[in-house]
Amino acid sequence: MNSDQSSWTIRQEGDSGIVVSFPECIDPIINSRCVALACEIRSRQLPWVRDVVEAYASVTVYFDLLAIDNELAVGVIRDLANKTVAEPEKDKELEPIRLPVCYGGRYGPDLSVVSAYAQCSEHDVVRRHASVTYRVYMLGFLPGFAYLGKVDQKIAAPRRKNPRLVVHAGSVGIAGKQTGVYPSQSPGGWQIIGRCPVKLLNWSIERPFLLESGKRVRFEPIGEQDYERIQESTL
Amino acid sequence: MISPVSLTVEDPGLLTTLQDLGRWGAQHHGVSVSGAMDRLSLRLANRLVGNRDQTAALEVTLAGPTIRFNRESQVAVSGAEFILRLDEYEVSSETLLSIGSGQCLMFGRRLSGARAYIAVAGGVEGESFMGSRSTHLPTEKGGMAGRPLRRGDELRVGSLRGESVRSHPGPGLRWRRRPTGGTKVRVILGPQVDWFPRDSVETFCSKRYWVGIASDRMGYRLEGPPVRRGDAREMLSQAVPMGSIQVPQSGEPILAMADCQTTGGYPKIATVISADLHLLGQLGPGDWLEFDVCDRVIARQALVELEEIMASSQ
Repeated sequence: MNSDQSSWTIRQEGDSGIVVSFPECIDPIINSRCVALACEIRSRQLPWVRDVVEAYASVTVYFDLLAIDNELAVGVIRDLANKTVAEPEKDKELEPIRLPVCYGGRYGPDLSVVSAYAQCSEHDVVRRHASVTYRVYMLGFLPGFAYLGKVDQKIAAPRRKNPRLVVHAGSVGIAGKQTGVYPSQSPGGWQIIGRCPVKLLNWSIERPFLLESGKRVRFEPIGEQDYERIQESTL
Repeated sequence: MISPVSLTVEDPGLLTTLQDLGRWGAQHHGVSVSGAMDRLSLRLANRLVGNRDQTAALEVTLAGPTIRFNRESQVAVSGAEFILRLDEYEVSSETLLSIGSGQCLMFGRRLSGARAYIAVAGGVEGESFMGSRSTHLPTEKGGMAGRPLRRGDELRVGSLRGESVRSHPGPGLRWRRRPTGGTKVRVILGPQVDWFPRDSVETFCSKRYWVGIASDRMGYRLEGPPVRRGDAREMLSQAVPMGSIQVPQSGEPILAMADCQTTGGYPKIATVISADLHLLGQLGPGDWLEFDVCDRVIARQALVELEEIMASSQ
């Protein structure tokens, strides 16, 4: 991937936000550049930077507009964006985080819906979901909620028409080509196909978030007994 | 040192939460900034009692609480105007109140605005979560167990005094615009303004919108002329700050507020400038909004002027 400026543009998010905007697509190399740029900006510990938020194909930098002139801030971010390149090689070395999932039944009420959408057996949906190494493209929606991609086209069922008021913590969902695990209980519209007994959030440790953008995830089907055993061991 | 119970919630009001200037630095983990909806009034209340700007205080929404103070306290109320009583005596907002042990601060009828802030010298204590005591209601974190205050809640007041001296708002702040029924705010066109046809942008910037009933600390639904999008293409989620205005396919704009999610998937037509964010915090359902486009030079100048008034208010 070349790093010339033609592949990204700088946009304004109000008076105190700068968006480095890459071509709109879910692409591991583009996202890898976003993650690398966000890490680079954070590592500089610039006193005027309040927050850096990387997403699928963008990096938003919130700055203190009383601490730095807008043009200067844009200049610094532009320079860093020019210098930062994707590191797909480094990415490849990443060992995936393995997350056990109990698919279907009471833990995955929408497995049958996805199976009907895909016109294949539930077993086949599980096989397809668990045979991909996913990339964490971004976090958002809830603390620790990771957007993983890409889901096998065949099982990429759209969101539910009526979102659930309560989706349990650990629920594994599909929304088109995205999949993810709800780290805490919340309302939600994704198709829930299973549940993961491993906690994605642990507020009592220094790094509470198991998943971060750029990391890899692989799901491993487990039975109900294993689900209960792992859940009890992590209480 | 554990401070003794310093105040008791006799009546929580409609929605009273602990808020400060928010938690920054963890939005890439999906952690919302949260914090006061009207940060200017929060800071003003803190300055009146000699706290630092970022000290946690109580945010009152539309209908205020009754708070009993169990020891002598220095208190200030700022933001929305309410009829205030200290026991049977009427008292003023935006001034220092010396409250005696056992006295009750009661909020009566609301005269203007939507949210008021009760600052107590030393700061109101609460759960600190990722560097802030702000209550984030959707995830039930921070403040008072992540929830609004309830009758019977007992809160402690910190012994930490600010370094700033107690200050009084200058005339500029006393006369600041406080929306009654609605307000104009200045916006900068959003990062996805090119997703909208020109006439949609003109509609948005020239017509009046109303804050819908389904509005809360996460965001305001804006009712008014629909803002048509150019096409039905889907946008990839990206960062969303307080004050940004997203437009879903329905054409009903959503104004992101303090508790908003860190990211969103709808194109953003505009973002309210920093100097006018405090006005948004004073709006409730049924209030109107109009948007004036400005540029970043004007936006920065407006904030510099606001800060100068704040600084000159000692």
